[in-house]
Amino acid sequence: MKAAALGLGGALLLALSIAVAITIGPAEIAVGDVYAVIGQQLGLGDAGLSRIQEGIVWDLRLPRTLLAAVCGAGLAICGAILQPLLRNPLADPFVLGISSGASTGAVLVIVAGVGGGAIALSTGAFAGALVAFGLVLALAAVSGGGTDRVVLAGVAGTQLFMAVTTFLVFSSADAEQTRGVLFWLLGSLGGANWQDVALCGAVCALGLAICLSQSAALDAFAFGEDAAGALGISVTRVRALLLVVTALLTATLVSAAGAIGFVGLVLPHAARLLVGPGHRRLLPATAIAGAIFLVWVDTAARTLFEPQELPVGVVTALLGVPAFAAILAQRGRRT
Amino acid sequence: MSLHARAVSWSAGGALIVDGVTLEVPVGATLGLLGPNGSGKSSLLRLLAGLRRPSGGAVLLDGAELGGLRRREVARRVAVVAQQAGTEVDLTVEQVVRLGRIPHRGAWSGDAAADDRAVERALLDTDLVALRARRWHALSGGEQQRAQIARALAQEPRELLLDEPTNHLDVRHQLDLLALVRRLPLTSVVALHDLNLAAIFCDRLVVLTGGRVAALGTPAEVLTPQLIADVYEVDAEVTPDGAGPGRPSIRFLAR
Repeated sequence: MKAAALGLGGALLLALSIAVAITIGPAEIAVGDVYAVIGQQLGLGDAGLSRIQEGIVWDLRLPRTLLAAVCGAGLAICGAILQPLLRNPLADPFVLGISSGASTGAVLVIVAGVGGGAIALSTGAFAGALVAFGLVLALAAVSGGGTDRVVLAGVAGTQLFMAVTTFLVFSSADAEQTRGVLFWLLGSLGGANWQDVALCGAVCALGLAICLSQSAALDAFAFGEDAAGALGISVTRVRALLLVVTALLTATLVSAAGAIGFVGLVLPHAARLLVGPGHRRLLPATAIAGAIFLVWVDTAARTLFEPQELPVGVVTALLGVPAFAAILAQRGRRT
Repeated sequence: MSLHARAVSWSAGGALIVDGVTLEVPVGATLGLLGPNGSGKSSLLRLLAGLRRPSGGAVLLDGAELGGLRRREVARRVAVVAQQAGTEVDLTVEQVVRLGRIPHRGAWSGDAAADDRAVERALLDTDLVALRARRWHALSGGEQQRAQIARALAQEPRELLLDEPTNHLDVRHQLDLLALVRRLPLTSVVALHDLNLAAIFCDRLVVLTGGRVAALGTPAEVLTPQLIADVYEVDAEVTPDGAGPGRPSIRFLAR
C-alpha cells in the first residue's frame, strides 16, 4: 500500500511538474492561456491566441518539457541498471563513456554530411554508443575486470571519444557544424520536437518494461555474478540483454538531447533511499524521480540566465559532481 | 546419491584446474573437500553447482546431467555459499535472505506466502531473527556468513555447497557455523582448510591435489600422517579417535 501511494504520489508530482514547467519561459504567456492552447490542440475550442503564442506552447515548451521528462527517466533507468550489473555504484552512461561514444557517432554523421536527418543521427549515435560500450567493457575485462576497473576504463573511453569528437570538429567542421557539435557534447533539450518525444518515449517505455521483467535478476546480482548464477540467473544472457537495452536507450536519448551527464549516476541512489534496493519498485521510482529532476533542471537551465540558455548538461554536472563525491565518500566509509 | 561428479575436468587459460575427478555425495551426508591452495577445491564446487561447464566428464544431479537442466531448476535444488560475499548494495539481513527466493519466483509473480514461510524458517534456523533488520554492512564476518547460509536455506535446497565458509572467522564462530551446517538435514559439500574441523564435522572427506583426487573416505581413513605429508608437505602427528570415535585429531610438527 505504501508503495502504491508512493508511486501514485510520484506520478502526480511529475504531472504537476510538467504542468508548471510549461507555464515558465521568456515569452509572456498567461498561465490560463498556456492550458487554453493545449485544450485547443486537444480539440476543446479555440484559445484565441496568436499563432506565435500557440507555437511557443505547443511546438516548443510542451515537447521540450516532455522530452526532458523522458530523457530524465531513461538516463536514470540506465544508471539503475548499470550499477547492479557492473557492481559499481558510480556506473552511469556518461561516466562509462557511452554518452561520449554516442556523441562521437552523431558528430561523425553531421561532419560526414550523410543525409537521412534524424534517422541517420540516431543510427550514428547508436553505433557510437555500442562501440564505446564494447570498448570500455573490453578494456575493463583486459585490466582485470574489477568493479573499479569499469569506471577507470570509462574515464579512458570518455577521454578517447571526446578527443575523437574534437578532432572531427577541428579537421572538418564549419562554424555552423561546430555549434551543432557543442549541442551533442554538453546536452541540450532546445531542439526538442514531437517526433523526438514519440521516439524517445516509446524506446524508454519498452526499455523500462524489459528491465522490469529482469528485476529479480538484477536483485540477484547484489553479491556478484556467481551468486546470481547460483540463484538460477542465466548471467551471460541477462547481462547481454540489459547491456544492449542500456546502450540502445542511451543512444536514442543522446541522439535527441546530446550527452546529459550524471542523471543516471545520482537519481538511482536518491530513489534507493526512498523505496529501498528491490528493483521491481526501484526501477519505476528511479524513472519518475529522473523525469521530475530533469524537468526542473531544464526549466532552470533555460530561465536562470534569460535570455541566454545554459546547456542542461552543465547544470546536471554542477549538481552531479558533488553527489558523485558524496557517493564515493559513503563507499569509503563502508570498506 | 544426489550429486555425482563423473570424471569431471575443467581448464582455465590453458591450465587444467580440475583433472578427472569422480566423487559421489551420499544423501544427507556432509562431505569435506580438502586440499592445499590451488588444488581445485573452489573450481570443483563451481562445477558441482553448475556455475562452470566441465570441459570433460559430467556432473549429475539425481542422474540428470547438470548442463541439461535449466539454471532455475538447479538453483531450487543446489544452493551455494561463497567464500566471502561482498556487495555494494545497502541490504538488510532479511533482504539478503529473501534473495534466496528468486529461483522460486516467476518474472512477475510468485507465491508470497511460501516466500515468507521459507524466509522465516531460514532466519530461525540460523538464529538471525533478532538481526533481521540489521544492515549487511553492519554485520560481523560470522554474521555475514550466517546470513548467506540463511539465504541458501531460503532457496529450500537439498544440496548445500560451501566454499571455505569458516575463513576469517574466530574459533568459536568456526565451530558454531560448521555445527549448524552439520545439523541441517541437507546433503552438504564443504571446502575446508582446517583438517581438525574437517575431522570433527564431516562424514566423508575428499582430498584434492593438483586437481586430482588424492584420497577419499571417512576421516579416519583419509587423515593419515602419510597423506598429510604427501599432499601438504608437512609432518603431522595423528591421534586416532582424538576428537571422538572415528574422528582423528591432528597436530602439526615444526620442521
